[in-house]
Amino acid sequence: MPLPNAAASMRKGSTVLKVTLPGVKSTKAASKKKDEEEGVDTGDGWDEWSHGKALKPPDQLELTEAELKEEVTRILTANNPHAPKNIVRYSFKERSYKPTSVVDQMAVHFVLEGSLLHQDSDEARRLRAREGLPDETATVDTGAEPDEDKPETPATPLEDGGDVEEAGEDDRPDSVASKTDRKEPKVTNQFNFSERASQTLNNPLRERSCQTEPPPRCIFSATANQWEIYDAYVEELQKQEINKEKQKAVTSKKENDKGKKKTMLMETQNDDNTKVGKASNIFERMVTQNTFDDIAQDFKYFEDASDEFRDQKGTLLPLWKFQYDKAKRLSVTALCWNKKYQDLFAVGMGSYDFSKQGRGMLVYYSMKNSAFPEYIYPTDSGVLCLDIHEQHSYLVAVGFYDGCVAVYNLKEEGLEPVYKSTAKTGKHTDPVWQVRWQNDDMDNNHNFYSVSSDGRVVSWTLVKNELVFTDIIRLSLNGAISEGPEGVQHPGIACGTSFDFHKQIDYLFLVGTEEGKIHKCSKTYSSQFLESYNAHSMAVDAVKWNHFHPKVFISCSSDWTVKIWDHTIITPMFTFDLNAAVGDVAWSPYSSTVFAAVTTDGTVHVFDLNINKYEAICQQPVVAKKKTKLTHIEFNPIYPIIIVGDDRGYVSSLKLSPNLRKKPKAKKGQEQPKGPEVEVAKMEKLLSLLREPEQNAV
Amino acid sequence: MAGTEHGEVEETLKRIEAHKGVIGTIVVNAKGIPIRTTLDNSTTVQYAGLLRHLTMMARSTVRDIDPQNDLICLRIRSKKHEIMVAPESDFLLIVIQNPCE
Repeated sequence: MPLPNAAASMRKGSTVLKVTLPGVKSTKAASKKKDEEEGVDTGDGWDEWSHGKALKPPDQLELTEAELKEEVTRILTANNPHAPKNIVRYSFKERSYKPTSVVDQMAVHFVLEGSLLHQDSDEARRLRAREGLPDETATVDTGAEPDEDKPETPATPLEDGGDVEEAGEDDRPDSVASKTDRKEPKVTNQFNFSERASQTLNNPLRERSCQTEPPPRCIFSATANQWEIYDAYVEELQKQEINKEKQKAVTSKKENDKGKKKTMLMETQNDDNTKVGKASNIFERMVTQNTFDDIAQDFKYFEDASDEFRDQKGTLLPLWKFQYDKAKRLSVTALCWNKKYQDLFAVGMGSYDFSKQGRGMLVYYSMKNSAFPEYIYPTDSGVLCLDIHEQHSYLVAVGFYDGCVAVYNLKEEGLEPVYKSTAKTGKHTDPVWQVRWQNDDMDNNHNFYSVSSDGRVVSWTLVKNELVFTDIIRLSLNGAISEGPEGVQHPGIACGTSFDFHKQIDYLFLVGTEEGKIHKCSKTYSSQFLESYNAHSMAVDAVKWNHFHPKVFISCSSDWTVKIWDHTIITPMFTFDLNAAVGDVAWSPYSSTVFAAVTTDGTVHVFDLNINKYEAICQQPVVAKKKTKLTHIEFNPIYPIIIVGDDRGYVSSLKLSPNLRKKPKAKKGQEQPKGPEVEVAKMEKLLSLLREPEQNAV
Repeated sequence: MAGTEHGEVEETLKRIEAHKGVIGTIVVNAKGIPIRTTLDNSTTVQYAGLLRHLTMMARSTVRDIDPQNDLICLRIRSKKHEIMVAPESDFLLIVIQNPCE
């Protein structure tokens, strides 16, 4: 029943309306009233369960009698009560909100889309045109169409009837069409159509399949980096080169195969420690560096700042100490730096003691690894001297106590020397005290010189596989008469203990003898000395030309003195007394006025003639035990390091403090003068002070 | 270097192991299996596995920047000690040292 429903809804509406604006109160009240009236009516209707009383909702407004009787007019307007009355729009022109005056009042309640077209509308006409029905035959169509329409409309609700009727009706429009002159295509009825189908016999399906073995799969992953691409190219290049070689000769191809076979064999012997050989060498150095980290840092960076306050004196900072277990009882008899790899030096070990002669050793150390030598060559007889070739730094010439000389090649794998002199090939009969490489001769053979106590200076040439010797000079005692048992006077043989070749003048060299004399000789004159100097009272242990000044050389001896000479003058320029037998002396490679000497009391003396002409600027004991004698000293060609060997088999390295390495000060504004000429000039200045005026004129 | 034969390398490795501060050395072969070690098994396997990846990555980095370059050695200094790794012909040499100050 619609009325009570509406009333119920209105009642519901009333409860909701209570919360709306109070401005609508009048209408509300009116609605309330109406509610009540209707409520009374409905109350009568719902007698069964309302007990005859009006059903009041519990929250209904209480109104007085007068209010209830109030008449309210109700106006029907066409306004949509749900349309908003106060739409406000923001106007940008006026920059404020403005109420919209016109509000749409249309309320749409129900929409149903249909597909009927008016026959005169555009769309209908278009449809007809598409279907082929011309407009002129509109009357005929309208005649036909209503025929169609009529049976169709009743047919739509009942499809079954439609089917039957349609079948019949289809004929009629057809007949109508055939009656007309023009051909009328049939318009399909989109609402009513029939589907004709027939079921064919379906063959039963049978599935046939076969399974194959899946191809073996493996997961491949790789990265495409720049170096992978590079490697691929390099490989390709190598393959191409091998192909080229193969094409060139067949025999070489065979060799390649053999070689490949060999490498295959080698590879099967895997898990060999030798694979990490190179790395283990580097690691030994790294581990040593870690342990002796502070020494490495000192070597590289430490400069003694207190030298400024030390008044021209300098100090020596001890760095690494090199020793080899198996060489503990031997003394260091020779030291030599490698010119090419300036951290590498060779140590010859043997014994100076006449009675205690045993085996010897040739040991190479690198400053990078103070724990263990790089190369070790044990020898039968003690090594007394050695020299590393300047250009071919893998060749080292060694002189032994038994008079032999030998040449070792570091590149060769064995521990034997590549060349060795024997009694047949002219070895010395006495210990060889000094060897020196010389420039290659005219046939490009290497050659070196040796001097020995048997008084011979011999030149050895490396010809193919053997050592060819040539006596250069026989040292004789000038003017001395040795009393033989028969009383026959024959010229005595001097014993050479050291020699040195001039840096610039190739043929000129100096020989120091056991008698204390120094002879200036030439390679070309074998019988005569160019000059003789009465240098010392005991054997001359070392004689060295100055690296810069062509006239100056230095000599030292066990008679406690070190003397500096100008080879044109018979008397020494400088003499220094060091209070102990001097084992060795060496010029510094960076200055013409700096030299160092070692003595048997374990002290190193460093002199700089430019600073102090009479005293050493550094006198420092460098060995722990007092009894240790220092035997040799060498300056490093590029680093401010000296190595000192002693008679216990230790080699100590020391760093020179800045005061010991002074270069001549430049005058203000002038550029720092560089180069050997400066050094020469420095020395010359010193010497000129000492020369007598007459000699200057000469 | 005079001779990379088995004996020489063995001696060098022994010297490294005997050096002051060296905690251990490990030689790992191409398949990642440690063939020589002075540490216990679990530590060895751990070091070998972890350092292999790191070395490969380091090598890749170096070669990526310049394909003609190659990694010689990788040094990792930590608070407690220093780990030195060198890849060489697919083998790996690892040395752990405590640089005593």
